[in-house]
Amino acid sequence: MRQNIHFVTKYINNFKIAQNIKLNSEYFILELLCPEKLSEILPGQFVEVLVENSSNTFLRRPISIFDVNYENNSLKLLIKIIGDGTKKLSELSINSKLNLIYPLGNSYSLPNCKDVLLIGGGCGIAPLFYTAKFFKNYNVNFTLLLGFREKSQVILQKEFSELGKIFYTTDDGGFGERGNVLQHSILKNNNFEKIYSCGPEIMMKNIAIWAKNKNIDCEVSLENLMACGLGACLCCVQKTKSGNKCVCTEGPVFNVNDLLW
Amino acid sequence: MVEIDFNGLKLKNPVLAASGTFGYGIEYSDFVNLNDLGGFIVKGTTIDNREGNDYPRMTETASGMLNAVGLQNKGIDYFIENIYPKIKDYKTNILVNVSGSQIEDYVKVAEKVNELKAIPGIELNISCPNVKEGGMAFGTNCESAANVVKAVRKVYKKHLMVKLSPNVTDITTIAKVVEYEGANSVSLVNTFMGMAIDVKTRKPKLSTITGGLSGPAIKPIAVCLVWKVSNAVKIPVCGLGGIMSANDAIEFLLAGASAIQVGTANFINPKITTEIIEGIDNYCKINSIQKINEFRML
Ligand SMILES: Cc1cc2nc3c(=O)[nH]c(=O)nc-3n(C[C@H](O)[C@H](O)[C@H](O)COP(=O)(O)OP(=O)(O)OC[C@H]3O[C@@H](n4cnc5c(N)ncnc54)[C@H](O)[C@@H]3O)c2cc1C
Ligand SMILES: Cc1cc2nc3c(=O)[nH]c(=O)nc-3n(C[C@H](O)[C@H](O)[C@H](O)COP(=O)(O)O)c2cc1C
Ligand code: FES
Repeated sequence: MRQNIHFVTKYINNFKIAQNIKLNSEYFILELLCPEKLSEILPGQFVEVLVENSSNTFLRRPISIFDVNYENNSLKLLIKIIGDGTKKLSELSINSKLNLIYPLGNSYSLPNCKDVLLIGGGCGIAPLFYTAKFFKNYNVNFTLLLGFREKSQVILQKEFSELGKIFYTTDDGGFGERGNVLQHSILKNNNFEKIYSCGPEIMMKNIAIWAKNKNIDCEVSLENLMACGLGACLCCVQKTKSGNKCVCTEGPVFNVNDLLW
Repeated sequence: MVEIDFNGLKLKNPVLAASGTFGYGIEYSDFVNLNDLGGFIVKGTTIDNREGNDYPRMTETASGMLNAVGLQNKGIDYFIENIYPKIKDYKTNILVNVSGSQIEDYVKVAEKVNELKAIPGIELNISCPNVKEGGMAFGTNCESAANVVKAVRKVYKKHLMVKLSPNVTDITTIAKVVEYEGANSVSLVNTFMGMAIDVKTRKPKLSTITGGLSGPAIKPIAVCLVWKVSNAVKIPVCGLGGIMSANDAIEFLLAGASAIQVGTANFINPKITTEIIEGIDNYCKINSIQKINEFRML
């Protein structure tokens, strides 16, 4: 899609918390209202969130854009509590302000083939929700495959099922098929032409290897540690076939053929 | 706003953006009108392309961060061909941060930058803690600091700012040596050598084990070093280290700096340079300050 990130304007704004929805003990969703007209957001892009009043959180936190509503200029973020920064975000009250830099990063590319598969694991399902919605608008025929550790971890089942065909795996088989995402039967019974993935690195690496073996084009979204999010500090680099690339501007989405996996 | 004659460099205000934290300026152009700045210093630039150190290169620490980027850049020729044309028309002072592993490399880069009309000065980086050879080694020893400044001075005709390392026993002796060899100004501090270990995995958090500490955690030490150096040399001092607000910047000016740089703070607030300029402006109005040398600690 987009080639050069520097031509896309980035904004910094105080968003207002419209909702803070606790999904379970780990996950929550923030709905954020932009005080201005929201700029165009592509699937796979992220924001840099300023966490205030957390003495252990100095840098901003990169979080994927989970959903976009241009009608009321709102964004949703799906966040997993990992440490102090995300814990503080989970405690934000309605109407309080959250400072964001957005939209950041490249995006998943629009497929030029028929059957595509979106594979998400854990909090990697976050960018796939908006990606699926975006693809739907472009009449892309997609299937979703989401992996969770166990049934109690499965979140947003209703919201995802409204988007289209969806399948699940859990480690113990308590929900959907048993095993990891690559063991799901839809991979054996279908000929997907393109895979889009986000999740734990080990999951994405295995998917990349599998896809390469089958000659299926595959894009993954990386979560390297970031400082600036703007391509200035070079802290977030990923080794690729053409040297170090910034995950924050030249990613987070990479075609696995460019990676050294 | 106080204009400054920084030993020949005309600054419209005392605020510059620090090398390695502001990219080539363009990365911040959605947030800052670059023409409003006193100046900005581009990334550490070497003679050849450098890939830098392995990931992870950064870890957050209490009120700061450790980095071990290791001077990743595409080399001076790439800069001249591809970046310089994009930034040369900004109406601000753009300095190139010249880095290297050997004296000859510094000299070659400085010679090439000398030809660039829109670059009024260089910041000689003899203080990078994140490269195996050269870098900080030049800035932690009087003799090597003298040699590299002398060699660069011979070929470089414009403003020569030398960036000092705080990782020394007595920074004032290095500052004096650098002044003696013809530097037009000094900037300090570069990052402090530091490290962090993940107690769960028992592994260092950076691929290089050690890195450079920046951010508000280092500010009181940086203010102290700026105060010492500005009492020791006659050339102007550009102060930096942990500046997050206008008041932080003013503290450096009161300690004796004639200009300041903002580094890590750009990551947290990309508009911070502009906000600091406004804050200093207000302070000057309230305190009837018209010239930079009227900033005096009482
Ligand atoms: C482009 C991008 C998009 C992201 N999207 C989302 C999202 O939509 N939802 C979401 O919940 N999270 C997302 N993340 C991850 C999120 O940024 C981190 O979980 C968050 O920064 C943790 O902050 P904290 O203060 O809670 O934890 P910290 O106290 O900073 O960290 C706790 C532990 O987790 C590790 N850690 C922190 N950040 C990361 C990371 N990025 N990768 C691997 N380990 C890490 C730390 O090393 C530390 O050991 C994304 C990251 C990136 C780079
Ligand atoms: C990610 C990063 C990269 C840096 N790269 C350079 C560099 O290339 N050359 C240099 O002289 N200093 C470099 N520095 C040091 C800063 O310019 C500055 O001296 C230091 O960070 C202290 O200031 P601060 O606390 O305001 O950031 C870098 C600092 C950071 C955090
Ligand atoms: S986080 Fe600074 S360059 Fe990517």
